[in-house]
Amino acid sequence: MINIQSLNKEFESRVRLGIMSILMVRDWVEFRELKELLEITDGNLASHANALEKNSYIEVKKEFIGKKPRTTYKVTTLGKKAFTDHLAQLEKLMRQS
Amino acid sequence: MATDKYQYQEDLTAIRSMMERSSRFISLSGLSGVAAGLIALIGGLWALYLLQKEGRNYLTGSAMPYSTAFLWQLLIIALVILILAITAAAYFTMRKSRRSGLKIWTAATRQLLLNLFVPLSIGGICCLGLLYQGQMQLLAPATLIFYGLALINASKYTFQEIYYLGILEACLGLISCFLIGYGLIFWIIGFGGLHIIYGILMQRKYR
Repeated sequence: MINIQSLNKEFESRVRLGIMSILMVRDWVEFRELKELLEITDGNLASHANALEKNSYIEVKKEFIGKKPRTTYKVTTLGKKAFTDHLAQLEKLMRQS
Repeated sequence: MATDKYQYQEDLTAIRSMMERSSRFISLSGLSGVAAGLIALIGGLWALYLLQKEGRNYLTGSAMPYSTAFLWQLLIIALVILILAITAAAYFTMRKSRRSGLKIWTAATRQLLLNLFVPLSIGGICCLGLLYQGQMQLLAPATLIFYGLALINASKYTFQEIYYLGILEACLGLISCFLIGYGLIFWIIGFGGLHIIYGILMQRKYR
């Protein structure tokens, strides 16, 4: 029997998976670049990024470059672990079914 | 369950492609390799022809008093090959990137270029030093070795195959260290032949 409950609910959305995949292989990525890579809207990215931040899966840095605000993201150790576990679960489910 | 399985499969595929796309430069075109290789091949053969005409067996180990004018001629040929090859490679790669709708100037691109050109510049300056000291016979091995090392270094940010191309270029350079008289031949094989073979293989694999 497959245990779907073992999948992390936080990663149900494709956008969140996308954000995590990019941050796993890169250090500090800008909001704008994330948006372009994922091909989603500002609002969509912001709300999913907020949710991930609330879980302490990612770290957010907001700063001003001159007068322009710049938001960059980085995955936390906790986030790395959660994502790796999620991937392992996905792979296990794939093998079972 | 079947739809679930499909869904997970999709998730995994999306994750893999996002990791690739954000960290590696995957627009590198096989045609770039073929074009750069052909230009190097033609340029190398041309230089070989000029040397034969001049009545010299290219780079026997002994000291060779080249006339300054002839040396300049060779240097200019080398420079023209370099510029043409880089332009052709950049053209085909930009074309591929445009066609597949990928951004060309990303963090991965910058990383790739930085990791390629730092060792390459060091090698270039080293070769100028060799030239200055009149060690012409060491130019072919040195360019091949440094180019190979630069490729190995840059391969982290693009296709894995670049790593093996780098190893082969560096090996050719090492062999030519010991077969000094045949430097230009090795140069033609390395920069011409290997690039063309690599380009054709990549073009067939990733089309």
